[in-house]
Parts: sequence; structure tokens; C-alpha cells
Amino acid sequence: MMLEVKSLTKRFGGLVAVSDVDLDVAKGEIVSLIGPNGAGKTTLFASIAGFLKPDEGEVILNGTSITKLKPHKICKQGMVRTFQITQPFATLNTLENIMIGAYANTSNKPLAKSNAERVAEIVGMTSLLYQTADGLTVAARKRLELARALATDPQLLLLDEVMAGLNPTEIDEIVDVIKGIRDTGITIFLIEHVMKAVVNLSDRTYVLNDGKLIAHGTPNSIASDPAVIEAYLGHGAAKTMARG
Amino acid sequence: MKLPFQSTFFMALGLLVAVLAPFGISSKFQLDVLTLIFFTAYLGQSWNILGGYAGQFSFGGVMFFGTGAYTSSILLSSFGLPPIIGIFAAIFMGALLGLVVGYLSFRSGLRGSYFALITLAFAELLRVLANSVEFTGGGVGLFLSYAPGLYNLQFTSPTGFYYFSLILLVISLAIAMWLEHSRFGAQLVAIRENEDAAEALGVDTLKCKIYAIMIMGGMGGAAGTFYAQKYLYIDPPISYSIALSVEMLLVTIVGGMGTVFGPLIGSFVLHTVNEIARHFISTPGLSLIVYGFILIVIISYLPNGLIGLFRKTQKNKEDNDA
Repeated sequence: MMLEVKSLTKRFGGLVAVSDVDLDVAKGEIVSLIGPNGAGKTTLFASIAGFLKPDEGEVILNGTSITKLKPHKICKQGMVRTFQITQPFATLNTLENIMIGAYANTSNKPLAKSNAERVAEIVGMTSLLYQTADGLTVAARKRLELARALATDPQLLLLDEVMAGLNPTEIDEIVDVIKGIRDTGITIFLIEHVMKAVVNLSDRTYVLNDGKLIAHGTPNSIASDPAVIEAYLGHGAAKTMARG
Repeated sequence: MKLPFQSTFFMALGLLVAVLAPFGISSKFQLDVLTLIFFTAYLGQSWNILGGYAGQFSFGGVMFFGTGAYTSSILLSSFGLPPIIGIFAAIFMGALLGLVVGYLSFRSGLRGSYFALITLAFAELLRVLANSVEFTGGGVGLFLSYAPGLYNLQFTSPTGFYYFSLILLVISLAIAMWLEHSRFGAQLVAIRENEDAAEALGVDTLKCKIYAIMIMGGMGGAAGTFYAQKYLYIDPPISYSIALSVEMLLVTIVGGMGTVFGPLIGSFVLHTVNEIARHFISTPGLSLIVYGFILIVIISYLPNGLIGLFRKTQKNKEDNDA
């Protein structure tokens, strides 16, 4: 297993944001995590990536525990996250932004630069290399998040809603980019709200509601799971739909 | 490190002018003003590394200066260690202080105004300490004996101190240029722009910030030795003066934060304005008002500092070329 999460719990005071979550991601897979707003998806991601300390449970990457490691150490071990709300280095241009990611593996500037240019091409940002990040469109910023993470040369990418706020054409484009990234051998674990993309991309899907995992399986089996329908549409909805 | 031919040319020309300046300037006063400009630019650059590049604003930068001044002066007066060696002890103590302050404040996640305040508190703490312990000479201060010679870093003419300050300045510019072209510098800028994103992308933000404050500390330490050997007297209010903490951030902000030449430009303009105002206005205090007014104008109309003027024209040129 590339990533194993064992009975992870994260509390904020009395609020249990993530409760006893077990999940795993195998090498080469695209696994998605869905759930209604406020389900705890981003909190779970942040706990996995070292930004939040889990109160209980363990996170295991390639067989070694990374539960207590800081994010930069986790990045060096091959797992990197993107942010739902894009966090560009605003005054730097696209190339410089991506180079920060590339510097995770080399201190050599020309090498970091050529790596960054290569990654920019993968995500389709070659024409925007010298544009400062604060002048980029939402779609370009999402790509930049992806590019910077990719530049760290990860084995596992955690993508937090890279499609939120994009129009259908932009979504189709980024879905292709993500598939392309998977084909280079990088494992992907993503949070997504855009169901079309989830169905299109994922090998498996986990559903989180109220901090608990309520379903797990292929995207199509999930879509007909009564517990999932109830989580999204409210109590009794599954029955109503079955009656048709 | 590859630099465009044009900027290399101007830098070499600037250095040449600076080296030859004492042969053209006969006035001791003017040479002294230039020395002060270089010295302040050097201190500004030390602040710039942590404040301008890494985005961690300190308000107690003087603590490294004072600690360096006391280190080499005590080593000289109590142990007879010549300042030419003592300056390295001062650099070491400055960097060590940077390590302690940096570890304590960055470890606990202090940012922004909280970090600024904690550095102010450290500087004040050291001032009170220097006032109350025996080996610093307490409130009386430390007098150093006048014994010109390179090993004492004392010079009979202002020219000697001019070159001393020029060497410090050149070193500080070299450090800033190295930052502009290295991974470490890029990582500091990433921390300034977005610390969480930097951490996510594998930047050891704690370590980088501590290294930055240690460089600032080492530079400040050397400045302390310079001051002590030039004026031959230090006491707690001089060594840990808030005014100097303010001056080093002021020249940097006025000149342009996070740039190689910002502190030098800021120091040059502010000192020149100050001297001109003092020269032409005889009414006591009025020169300060003029100085303050010019400062307000610069800060409100040039938020990126004076260097923003050059940058803007250069950027337009690049756009036209493209």
C-alpha cells in the first residue's frame, strides 16, 4: 500500500471533525474522497499531510509512519498536497512558483528551472511562465497549484478540489491533465465535488459524512448506495428515490 | 551566477567610483557622511535578509549590533584580544543570539507583529542586562583606548574607516546577490509570500527562518565591532538603541525591501536629505520636520520603495522588448 490511514481522529475542542477513519490508496490508483460540505474532507487531508496533528490514529506512507512528521518532511518522503483555496506565491511568476517545488529535490538553479519548465508543459502553462501569479485566472491558479506540487517529484499527490470554480471546458482539460499525471506513475488521492470528474477519474471512492466514512467502492456503486444518497439529499431520500 | 552584462558593468563602475572616492573628496566631513551611509546600508541589508526576503519584520535588529559591540570590546579591554580577531567573535555571538531568538520565536510560530514585538523585547532585555551586570561596565559604559592599526581596526584618518565600511557594504551586497540566485533565497521569498504553501512544497520553513536571522545576527555583530572601534565608547543606550533598530528598517523600506540595492539607495537618500536639510535650515528642529515630510511623501507614493522607480521603467522596457 502506498498510503494507509488507520483509525484517524481529529477533534477541534468538542467537535469531532474526523472520526475513526480507515482508508488506503494503492500505488498507481486514482482514489477520490467525496462528501457534503463540512464533512471533514479538507481536515482529513490536512491531518494526513501533516498540517494538523491527528488526535488519534496513524498515517503510513510506503510502510513508514509519517503521523508526527512536519509537512516539508512528508513532502521529501514523496507525498505532497495542494490547497483548496489556491495559495500562490503572489509576487513571483509562474516559473518561479513552480521552481520552489522543484527546489525540493535539487539546489541547482538551472536544473530546478528546467524541471519547472518541463512540469509547466505537462499542466499546459508554458505560455504563462513569466506571468506573475497574482495576475493569473482562477483556472490558471488551480493549474499552478498542481504544477508546483508535481515539481516536487511526488509518488503520491493529494489534490484538494482542483476543479472547484472551473467551467466545464476547463474541467475536461484538467481531468485529462490528471489522467496524464497518473499515466506517468504518480498515485493520486483527490477531494472533489464535481461528480462527473469523480466518476470519470476514480478507480475507487470513499464517502465522508459528518467526519465518518459511510461508503467505499467504485464510483458507480457509490452513486446508488442508500447511505450516500441520504447523506447528500437528506433522511428518507433513498426510499423516495427507490419508489421512483 | 549569471548576470546581464549591463548590470555587471554598472556595479563594477559603482565599485570603482567608491574605491577612488577618497582621492577626490578632500572634506573629512563628506567622507564621514559616506562612511555613515555605507554603514547604515550594511545594517539595513542585515535587516533586509530577514525582513525583506523572508518577510519576518524585526523591530529589535539593534540587539545583534549591541551584542557584537560588547563582544569585541570586552574581549579587547579585558583579555587584550585584538578586534581583527574580535570581530569574528562578534559575528559568532551575533549569529548565536540570532539562533536563540529565532529558535524561541519561530519555534512557537510567532509571525507578523508578534515577532516584531518579541525582537523589540529581546533588545530591551539586553539593554537592561547590559546596564546592570559588571562586565559590560554597566551604565558607565566601556572606553576603548586609541591605538590605531589594522589589527585594532582603528585608523588615523577617516579614509580607513571609509574603506572598512565599504568592505562591509560590499560583503552585504554579495550576500543579497547570492540570495537572489540561490535556492535558499528563493525559499526565503516563498516563506514571505506564503508560509503554508512553502512548507507543503518541502521548504523547511523553521530552519530557513533561523538561518536568515543568524545571517542577520552575524552581520549585526560585525557592525557592532565597527562602531566600537570607530567611536571608542559604547554604553547600553547606544548599543541597544531603538533608534538604530528603526533606522535599519527605515532605510530598507524607503529604498525597497527584498532587493539587493534597496538598503543602499534608502540609506543614501535619507542621509543626503537629512544632511541637506540640516545644512540649509538653521532653525533648530525644522530640518527634522522637513526630513519627516519627505519620508511621508516617499512612503505614501512609492510603496515598493525608491527602487520601484527604476523597476517600473525597467519592466516597461522588458514589455516593449517582448
